[in-house]
Amino acid sequence: MLLADFSWADFGQQVTSGLASGAIFASVALALVLIYRATDIVNFAQGEMATFTTFIAWSLMHHGLSYWPAFVLTLGIAFAGGVGVERVLIRPVERRPELVIVIVTIGLLIALNGLTGWIWGPEVKAFDSPFPNRTIDVAGVAVSIQDIGTFCVCLATVLLVWLFFRFTTVGLAMRAVAVNPDASRLMGVRVGWMLALGWGLAAVLGAVAGMMAAPTVFLDPDMMLVILIYAFAAAVLGGIDSPVGAVVGGLILGVVVNLLGRYVGFVGQQLRLPSALALLLLVLLIRPQGLFGHVRVRRV
Amino acid sequence: MPLLELEGVEARYGPIKALHGVTLTVAEGEIVALLGANGAGKTTTLRTVSGTVRHDGRIVFDGRAIGRRSPDRIARLGVAHVPEGRGLFSELTVWENLRMGAYVRGERRVLKRETLRIFEYFPWMERRRDQQAGTLSGGEQQMVALARALVSRPRLLMLDEPSLGLAPTVVQELFRIVKALNANDGLTVLVVEQNANVALGAAARAFVLEVGRVVIEGASDELRRHESVRKSYLGY
Repeated sequence: MLLADFSWADFGQQVTSGLASGAIFASVALALVLIYRATDIVNFAQGEMATFTTFIAWSLMHHGLSYWPAFVLTLGIAFAGGVGVERVLIRPVERRPELVIVIVTIGLLIALNGLTGWIWGPEVKAFDSPFPNRTIDVAGVAVSIQDIGTFCVCLATVLLVWLFFRFTTVGLAMRAVAVNPDASRLMGVRVGWMLALGWGLAAVLGAVAGMMAAPTVFLDPDMMLVILIYAFAAAVLGGIDSPVGAVVGGLILGVVVNLLGRYVGFVGQQLRLPSALALLLLVLLIRPQGLFGHVRVRRV
Repeated sequence: MPLLELEGVEARYGPIKALHGVTLTVAEGEIVALLGANGAGKTTTLRTVSGTVRHDGRIVFDGRAIGRRSPDRIARLGVAHVPEGRGLFSELTVWENLRMGAYVRGERRVLKRETLRIFEYFPWMERRRDQQAGTLSGGEQQMVALARALVSRPRLLMLDEPSLGLAPTVVQELFRIVKALNANDGLTVLVVEQNANVALGAAARAFVLEVGRVVIEGASDELRRHESVRKSYLGY
């Protein structure tokens, strides 16, 4: 039943295209983890925020901008949008129970989804890829240039975010706020703005993922739905409080899902998502904190 | 004119009044101790100054009324508050904690000079700068919290029970450093302590709080001779 038509060339191809979709999951997963670490909530609207900004990119290109200028401009808009969402929607409820904030993000999900459909219409749109639709031969494996490009763009973004957190003063202050907001205030940090910046960065990561995903999944208001679920799974797999875990989790999930769909006969296209989630459940049974997560110790 | 002046400061946690009008002053270049039993309002007093608890009354720092300002703005005026429990960033390294100390003054500009100065007082810290702060011993964590506050070159340093849970030798070392900084750099310190003995040893003046108000104040030597202070706080 399995592996009937196995060849290494095909296997390599499945892995590389898995890495490409995995990089997209990783970007969204990292966005989720950033917000989770700073505010202890899961932003259910992350996917719709990404979709909305991808539609903005589509409009910019539709109005004559070429790809990369539109890409960069979209990231700027996404950043401002993310900051705005935090300031306008999250800030008024930030001291409320977590469930309240989660409900607000679900409300935002629904609102953005509706707004996207209302502005751009429900029909599926084609979205340009900046990469040629060809393959190149790497050690006998036909690798799609688009997959390589997607992988590189997503990982470069993740790397930039990491450098920002590691080496800049503001990045350090944002990490400090995530660890101990009260102490950060005593250090002179404007905690509220750091949280808003975190939302801005998360929105940028989402926008990158959206624009990288759109050429293959096509542009429609629901395009990030499944990706968001994979990203949740990736974040939980890696350990919801671990940025490294989110990225590694995303890549692993992308590859595993692709291989399952290709080689395990009964999985095919339909059962990819459920089987990925079943796998996730299995990992969490063995390691509840995820691959890179920390066990939360509560001192009483 | 004193550097810090509290006049009739009141504070409450919900229905419970914690401060019933605290009045005290700290002059520039002075070490002042704030003594009192558990629940007397020592911690709350410091928190009113750093703006982390709502209050009424007047708080003047360096000639400016700061009572309504947010904690981050007060920190930027030069008030460094090492809170109860130290407030370290336990998942960040020692070095990153020190970098956060320099945040108020534009981290990059001052970090190098200030840390060089600080490492003279805490030589071990330079060797262990890449260690996660949460993995240090209690005494070391208190030292890092103090060093982090010092990196900001505060006009006023407020320490909340620095001796809590530390071995006597560590406590002595800590107060020795605070005294040296005061003597060398004219550092102004307001220190809250339950360990009245060690606090009076370092401070020039002290205030004693009881149920949210100042009941005794004076020079440390006077307070040492004061009968009720001796009985209640010094234990002889």
